[in-house]
Amino acid sequence: MNIALRIYILVFVLFLYAPTLLLPLFAFNDSSIIAFPLSGFTLEWFSALWQENGLQSAAVNSLIIATASSILATTLAMLASSASVRHDFPGKAPMMGIIMVPMFLPEIIIGVSLLTMLVLAGLPLSIYTIILGHTLICVPFCIAILRSSFQHLDPSMEEASLDLGETRATTFRRITLPLIVPGVVSSLLIAFTISLDEFVIAFFLSGTEPTLPVYIWSQLRFPKKTPIIMALGTVLLVVSVCLLSFSELVKRRNLRRLGLDHRPGV
Amino acid sequence: MNMNENTARGLSQISLPFLFTMLLLAAPIVLLFAMSFWTQDFLTIDHTLSLSNYKQAWSEPIYQTLMLRSLKISMIVTALTVCLAYPAAYYMSFVVPNHRKALWVFLITIPFWTSYLMRIYLWKVILGYNGVVNGSLIDLGLIAEPLEFILYNQLAVVVTLSHAWLPFAVLPIFVAMEKIDRSYLEAAQDLGDSAFWRFLRVTLPLSMTGVIAATLIVFVPTIGDYVTPKLVGGPDGLMIANMIELQFKKANNAPLGAALALSAMLLVAAVAAIFLWLNRRYLQTETRA
Repeated sequence: MNIALRIYILVFVLFLYAPTLLLPLFAFNDSSIIAFPLSGFTLEWFSALWQENGLQSAAVNSLIIATASSILATTLAMLASSASVRHDFPGKAPMMGIIMVPMFLPEIIIGVSLLTMLVLAGLPLSIYTIILGHTLICVPFCIAILRSSFQHLDPSMEEASLDLGETRATTFRRITLPLIVPGVVSSLLIAFTISLDEFVIAFFLSGTEPTLPVYIWSQLRFPKKTPIIMALGTVLLVVSVCLLSFSELVKRRNLRRLGLDHRPGV
Repeated sequence: MNMNENTARGLSQISLPFLFTMLLLAAPIVLLFAMSFWTQDFLTIDHTLSLSNYKQAWSEPIYQTLMLRSLKISMIVTALTVCLAYPAAYYMSFVVPNHRKALWVFLITIPFWTSYLMRIYLWKVILGYNGVVNGSLIDLGLIAEPLEFILYNQLAVVVTLSHAWLPFAVLPIFVAMEKIDRSYLEAAQDLGDSAFWRFLRVTLPLSMTGVIAATLIVFVPTIGDYVTPKLVGGPDGLMIANMIELQFKKANNAPLGAALALSAMLLVAAVAAIFLWLNRRYLQTETRA
């Protein structure tokens, strides 16, 4: 039974990673046709990335959008998590429910409804509209992370600070924030990764300034460009995996620290 | 901190994120709803309320076909994903030692966060005429000519979508399994249940909340998937989201697109409600516990 399960999980993980592993394989493959057998090793496609028109501006757009959305989403998620973990008030469950909805809605619904509102309001599509859309979908994921930070936060620390005469603002800056910082970092990184990789909402809300995925989408039509897109995809994959690994490390180090803090008798 | 201050502080903290969501999610959906009753003739929008978009969306064969196909594909994908995810979640919860569990969760979720577009595009490469599958089968001498039926159809959409949503289906099942009190399993064993019956009578019913959550988490978003059918679906594999996009962009009939989008959501909500009702038994035990 256990052996069957072990074989299953091996196949499962392989299946999960197989397409992603093909990405670097074709990015370094010395052929403009994306097919097997592989023809040899080359760095040509990576150096060709520098000559791509529009790629650099798309990358800059994506970085601006991902940075802004991750900061906005983490700030909003901090407020919502603090309210839901540490306070009781009427309407808490339905309000939190509504805030979490974007996690479960098809992205196309979010995309077209935001597009409708912006068009009816006469607002032009720009990177700002994508920032709003990405913030909306990132908030629920950030809350999922930050809720646990607030749950592990010992309220007596803040009470002590207030009793000693600190203001709420100073208490937040000097006590609360340092204690939840691992959660905040984790949340920023996850939101950044989501935004960097998100396509559908950006596709609907981008005007003349594409994000990287929107740029990739426009290039997929040209077979000649495919190996270059594979190289770009590889770069993005490496960036995303680094961000996620870093976020995981921060989370784990913090859990270990909390585990030590909560040792019986300490 | 007294009760009133606690309430006031909570309300003031939640107000900003709540208003943000209301403004960018609720308000746009209300507007989408309003617009679905308008009509558009080329570039001019007629604001008189009419049901003509819905009549069109529910009666014209092309929309019916796309709607039913989307529903069918997302149901198959959901069933497949949940069935494939269950043993993986079981392995992670019951076989993996505690200190390794976080690592496994991380391992399983990475593909979900990375290169969404490229992963789908790579399935096109895998299933294509000169693709990985055909190439390997020819090399092995199993086939002489590349198989053409594996790309640009609904099967390709099902495979690609299932692959994309597998990680997300594992997590809720894993979480539900982690909550199962291991002493129940020992009790079943002590009372003489074999491993098979122990699974069927204890583990499976207690993990059903996770299965239900996984089902909904996969079912609702997949029906609206846009990229997968567009890249690997071919003409027979297109889904409702492709039509919604077409109406909003090239066809210049946003009101019809709105009606299609809301009809799809209504259909999803109805199916989800029936599914939850059928499984109410498991959800009730959860609230009692």
